[in-house]
Amino acid sequence: MSALTDDTLPVTPRAIRDEMIVFALMAVLLGLVPLTGIYPFFVMQALCFALLACAFNLLIGYGGLLSFGHAMFLGTAGYCSAHALKVWGVTPEVGILVGVAGAAALSVVTGFISIRRQGIYFSMITLALSQLLYFIYLQAPFTHGEDGIQGIPQGYLFGVFNLSQPTVLYYVVLAGFLAGFLLIFRTINSPFGEVLKAIRENEQRAISLGYKTDQYKLLAFILSGTLAGFAGSLKVFVAQNASLTDVHWTMSGEIVLMTLVGGLGTIFGPVVGAFVIIAMQQYLAGFGQWVTVIQGVIFVACVLTFRRGIIGEIAHFFRRSL
Amino acid sequence: MQALYAQLLVGLINGSFYALLSLGLAVIFGMLNIINFAHGALYMMGAFTAYFLLHLTGMGYWWALIIAPIAVGIFGMILERTMLQWLTGLDHLYGLLLTFGIALIVQGVFQNYFGSSGLPYAIPDYPQIGDCSPNAPQDAICRRGLQGGINLGFMFLPVYRGWVVIFSLVVCLATWFLIEKTRLGAYLRAATENPTLVRAFGINVPRMITLTYGLGVGLAALAGVLSAPINQVRPLMGADLIIVVFAVVVIGGMGSIMGSIITGFALGVIEGLTKYFYPEASNTVVFVLMVLVLLVKPTGLTGRAA
Repeated sequence: MSALTDDTLPVTPRAIRDEMIVFALMAVLLGLVPLTGIYPFFVMQALCFALLACAFNLLIGYGGLLSFGHAMFLGTAGYCSAHALKVWGVTPEVGILVGVAGAAALSVVTGFISIRRQGIYFSMITLALSQLLYFIYLQAPFTHGEDGIQGIPQGYLFGVFNLSQPTVLYYVVLAGFLAGFLLIFRTINSPFGEVLKAIRENEQRAISLGYKTDQYKLLAFILSGTLAGFAGSLKVFVAQNASLTDVHWTMSGEIVLMTLVGGLGTIFGPVVGAFVIIAMQQYLAGFGQWVTVIQGVIFVACVLTFRRGIIGEIAHFFRRSL
Repeated sequence: MQALYAQLLVGLINGSFYALLSLGLAVIFGMLNIINFAHGALYMMGAFTAYFLLHLTGMGYWWALIIAPIAVGIFGMILERTMLQWLTGLDHLYGLLLTFGIALIVQGVFQNYFGSSGLPYAIPDYPQIGDCSPNAPQDAICRRGLQGGINLGFMFLPVYRGWVVIFSLVVCLATWFLIEKTRLGAYLRAATENPTLVRAFGINVPRMITLTYGLGVGLAALAGVLSAPINQVRPLMGADLIIVVFAVVVIGGMGSIMGSIITGFALGVIEGLTKYFYPEASNTVVFVLMVLVLLVKPTGLTGRAA
């Protein structure tokens, strides 16, 4: 069985330098967005999904684990943050902390259950767990069922930054995204990340080398779920609501699609993929249900002809690791 | 007590659908090594084929029961030949992603044309047995197809629902017999174990794979036709069901054909019982069971290691 990503290049100091340059470029470009005429809400939303997709990619691209339920972390963190902000009236930083803690706790439990099976079974289990949570949130009183939690106050971050100002909010979201991205970047290039890649390539061999692979996979799952939760908490400030759509399994499918389009197992792929998919939804919204069909076509096209994804193809062309 | 029996019956019916669908998934998984995410969409296509047959050509339920599985099965075989075939040798996950994409396309197209609400499909009223003419005497016996019900003493059994349970059981057992007890099934199982060797004996393995996919898809379409009069015909009827079926598959494991059948029916019944004793948990009980099984026996009840 061939690995998910083919001909991955070894991580050399040179490759890391390339990646750092691209990262700096990305940070500068994103930092300039408020100066252009681009609709900031769209970019903020895309940034949240980009962080989500990067967190998801940490699991599949480097651990070989396809989670089909990552929306549960997005939604859970969203509900936790929204509830804390609106009902308990906490400050934004505490609200984010509550959301991230909720997602972290959830990822410990679901990770412990789901890493017991591999491959497609792992995917089906994560999908089933997220559907279980969907039904719980549908019935639980604090989520307000179909209505969701709406009109969430944005407040002042650390008592200073007024989050109801779009530009301030934008830079806060951008800072959150970049921090999350750097954490993932650091993880991938750490000894821990190397072991993860070894597990992806050949789990049996990693076990025979003495690695307790289950612990590594669980840790990667928790890290990924927690970061996905962080994206969910940030998204609460952008959208000012938390609703069932964020927990539904179609959202998990969209996360997979973003990563696949950008490039599984590439560092920048999920970011590009998230922007492409969110832009597509924004501009094709008028087509109604045809958007689903288009997404399906992209899925099929990616798997059949374009498995490396956008960034994967570019990286392959230039023989660089991106 | 009446309500308990009624819920048990509902459970058995849902169990029939779970069994037919997880059986199809198991057959496909055995040969193609693909978890067919499009299974729910193909189940829905089965129901829609029945609907089209009735409204476009006037062919009723009994024709649909034969034609829909064949038509959808052929559609499945085309999918296999044009797309799935190219994934041989790649990671399982690509098969999952590709079939997920196919499911999105199929469901999206149907949603565009039919919206999300359900279309009614009548229980067949043919063949009619006995004297059913309008001027028949009061005490004349008339049985209109699968309509109406039978009083069993302890409960009222709608004929159609009883039919669904018995018919799916027969189809499941026939499939089991085909795979486990016939020469064709022996080839199939051998090809699952070692395709190269079976090929060396002069058996056309790729054609067998295509036919297997057609068979699995046909089973899903058959379940769709069976469910049309009960659950109405909706574009997303399979999307909601398939995730429960995945949980069923995880619980049962995909090691054996009989395992899929028994787990499917058993989980349907357990779900039905939950609906009677603690309705709040009826949507989640299968998933909770999945968690419990995974904690105790990670390979599933009848499964071999993946």
